[in-house]
Amino acid sequence: MNEDLIAIQDEHKASFFVRLSRSLQSSWKSIVVAIPFFWLLFFFLVPFLIVLKISVAEALIASPPFSPLLDWSEDGIVMIRLVFDNFTYLWEDDLYVITYINSVKISTISTLICLLIGYPIAYGIVRSPPTTRNILLLLIILPFWTSFLLRVYAWMGLLADQGTINNFLIWLGLIEKPLRMMYSEFAVYVGIVYTYLPFMILPLYANMEKLDMTLHEAAADLGAKPTITFFSVTLPLTMPGIVAGSLLVFIPATGEFVIPDLLGGGNVLMIGRVLFNEFNSNNDWPVASAVAIALLLLLVIPMMIYQHIQGKENQP
Amino acid sequence: MSNNIDFSERPWLDPEAEPFIRIQGLTKNFGAFTAVDSVDLDIYKGELFSLLGGSGCGKTTLLRMLAGFETPSAGRVFIDGTDMTDVPPYERPVNMMFQSYALFPHMNVEANVAYGLKRDGVAKGEIKRRVHDMLEMVELGIFSKRKPHQLSGGQRQRVALARSLVKKPKVLLLDEPLGALDKRLREQTQFELMNIQDELGVTFVVVTHDQEEAMTLSTRIAVMDEGQFVQIGTPTEIYEYPDNRFVANFIGSANMFEGRVQKRVDKNLVVNVPALKGELIVEYSAEIADGSKVWLAIRPEKMSISTTLTDTNSVNVLSGIVHDIGYLGSMSTYRIELEDKKIIDITYPNQHRPRDGKHLAEWDDKVYLKFDPSNVVLLTR
Ligand SMILES: Nc1ncnc2c1ncn2[C@@H]1O[C@H](COP(=O)(O)OP(=O)(O)OP(=O)(O)O)[C@@H](O)[C@H]1O
Ligand SMILES: [Mg+2]
Repeated sequence: MNEDLIAIQDEHKASFFVRLSRSLQSSWKSIVVAIPFFWLLFFFLVPFLIVLKISVAEALIASPPFSPLLDWSEDGIVMIRLVFDNFTYLWEDDLYVITYINSVKISTISTLICLLIGYPIAYGIVRSPPTTRNILLLLIILPFWTSFLLRVYAWMGLLADQGTINNFLIWLGLIEKPLRMMYSEFAVYVGIVYTYLPFMILPLYANMEKLDMTLHEAAADLGAKPTITFFSVTLPLTMPGIVAGSLLVFIPATGEFVIPDLLGGGNVLMIGRVLFNEFNSNNDWPVASAVAIALLLLLVIPMMIYQHIQGKENQP
Repeated sequence: MSNNIDFSERPWLDPEAEPFIRIQGLTKNFGAFTAVDSVDLDIYKGELFSLLGGSGCGKTTLLRMLAGFETPSAGRVFIDGTDMTDVPPYERPVNMMFQSYALFPHMNVEANVAYGLKRDGVAKGEIKRRVHDMLEMVELGIFSKRKPHQLSGGQRQRVALARSLVKKPKVLLLDEPLGALDKRLREQTQFELMNIQDELGVTFVVVTHDQEEAMTLSTRIAVMDEGQFVQIGTPTEIYEYPDNRFVANFIGSANMFEGRVQKRVDKNLVVNVPALKGELIVEYSAEIADGSKVWLAIRPEKMSISTTLTDTNSVNVLSGIVHDIGYLGSMSTYRIELEDKKIIDITYPNQHRPRDGKHLAEWDDKVYLKFDPSNVVLLTR
């Protein structure tokens, strides 16, 4: 009788601990989710809303240089002032449309070049023996230890009319006059591809590392030549890595400011520079904000459509 | 040998027959480690040839060299008379079923099976028909639209089997083909494999851990150890006439006694066995010098057990105490402790139901074991 009682009590105790650990677990889970949630809220969503607010304001010569969102009229009524002129202005002025198109063009081509260079590199790293693999990965990450700005200046030194490359080519006797490389789209491509290549290689590497090499053997066994194996097995299976790498290159490259400014000069129109000029030279915060919001929509909407399609495809 | 022997079932006995797969001095080194050590082997058309051996003995490596995934360090491989040593895998008339299945995760079952046919440029309608038939055969028709990750282990294995069979290759290499199947499906697939072999004349090379499977399926078996063949023969030869101690112990089980040849009496040898403080009589016709060191292997089912000694004159009688009994229904296994602590195993059919609640022998009974001289295997290695 007594023993039964103890057993029941034990059971109670056990279930108490089980419940406690469960509730701890679930609260732990919510903490783990909450941290990035609030991080995103404060550092991404709030600034975004501020920019959004400025983009629907009117430019003023004041400090801050835009009209407030909420206004109290004389009879005490709160008025919300939304001005969409900034957006229609963007649409009506050819300069902005052309700049957007040019930005997307440059970052698309840069992304493709990064993919063409990065894919074989990532594949080579995955297939190399483990010790070499770590060294190669380290080499990919190594440039991050120097300032990005310094590295762009270094490229200016390389590409300039009296720069290292031109001097070397003249010394070899291959050319007589220096090649004009600085302040051109070419220089911008060089800069963007150089800077963003690691962002292509690393996600590709992470994806390819999981790739089962016996699948290649299986394809060969079933009669597929190496090129066919690549297109029917390797490429589809590395698609998530390609998408991730391409987004990581494409998105920041589209809004890039430093590279087109330093290497492209006035000859290369990219949205980042226009934004900078509106903000600093023209002191027109609302138009600058509208430029930023328009850029965001331009990038986010296609991506959401893509994700939507992907989600549908992956449903069983 | 007379001239009218029918070799069609046993082509390896025919000195005229051309082997379908010929392996000569095949070796594979991984660094300083030799995984396959200079093996020679002829396999004939339509054979179902099994490779048996412990884990890591080089079975998969040998198979991979036949498929072309591993470049041999030395030696040559001929298939159907053509030197295949330097031919890439996609040009070999060989298909392999991988130990890990290696199904394409981004394709559904149908596309996986159709993959090889597409590479061969088979017409669309034909592909559809053959894939359908093959999936029906492995009972996966209703799963044809599923992706591999939506299948169970056994179902994946059947997809892999279907994918390697659908191309009707001349040689099919199977690495542990039936491991994940349940008993019923396993037997059915074994049966199907034999059917396919009869129908298509495919030559099978099968790696397996499962001895029973190897015994029932194979025309011949090669037992491997440390990268070498220790014996090649039919299931009967391998089991009843093992060449050496490794094979005797690896295939089935055997009670092993060490001894020395004392003398020959007609077709029998008298062997002195120190562990038994006595002699055993062994039927053995080949030449052997007196005093040679030998090992005697006796299979557990080749002995009889009784609690009474009827004929006191008979040879090869051991007595001991029942140490352990395993009741398996149709038969029982007994573990007997002989007088000087040596343990031997015996299996004996349960021909009678228990009488007065007692089996033939019970724990701690004194029993007598008897075996015929012709049932003892004499090994010199
Ligand atoms: N790529 C490799 N590099 C180095 N050693 C290898 C390699 N592949 C196999 N080996 C070694 O060669 C030996 C034979 O391997 P193999 O895969 O042929 O064994 P197996 O007989 O198929 O074993 P199991 O029954 O466990 O599948 C093992 O000791 C293994 O460690
Ligand atoms: Mg293996």
